[in-house]
Amino acid sequence: MTIRIVFLGPLADLAGEQEREVAGPLDWAGLLALVGPEVAEQLQVDRVNVACAGKVLADKTALAATDGDEIALLPPVSGG
Amino acid sequence: MRDIRLLTEMFIPGTLIGQFSNANPGLGGICTFVGEVRSEGGVEALELTHYEPITLPGMHGLADQVFDRFDLMGLLMVHRVGQLRPGEPIVCVSAASKHRRGAIDAVAFCMDHLKSRAWFWKREKRAGEWHWIETRAEDYADLARWDNQ
Repeated sequence: MTIRIVFLGPLADLAGEQEREVAGPLDWAGLLALVGPEVAEQLQVDRVNVACAGKVLADKTALAATDGDEIALLPPVSGG
Repeated sequence: MRDIRLLTEMFIPGTLIGQFSNANPGLGGICTFVGEVRSEGGVEALELTHYEPITLPGMHGLADQVFDRFDLMGLLMVHRVGQLRPGEPIVCVSAASKHRRGAIDAVAFCMDHLKSRAWFWKREKRAGEWHWIETRAEDYADLARWDNQ
């Protein structure tokens, strides 16, 4: 079992991939270290959200993903 | 009657609205908004990305708010994802109610929230190149006007 990280919208361009699988568990510091400096910088912007296991985190720095979870990195939305 | 959907293929708004109207017998009025892809600025195509676990649940959450806030009989909220061409419908919101005010306000509320809160990422192709789009300041202002009501 692993954790899947999904990059949405412009973050996928920045990461150069749409998703990646990593070994769990994973916290906020671990995530920042994994995604590369450009994506890490974006993740620290207020309007960029993180979802874990289908829920948008109220406090993304409290991320605590375990094996089998999917983490989604959500840049500011464009609207419908 | 509540019908909330994401569609991956082109749709004909009139067909959806006809079915929606029939599904709400006894209604006093229907208000409908249809958004289409603009062709201005040399836009060749528009692509909408969503994230399955939160986009549709988010639209259902918006529908819950709308039913709590307005006196409605029914709500139709349909949104496209994938690639679209100029002139194609991208969103259709229709509200049915006994009296006009509920339906008109519900549609405006839905659209203002969809434009700046819904989980969609949009990019447009101009001169063969894709460009990501962010929510406009006007869209945030349109949303803010509901805060004090």
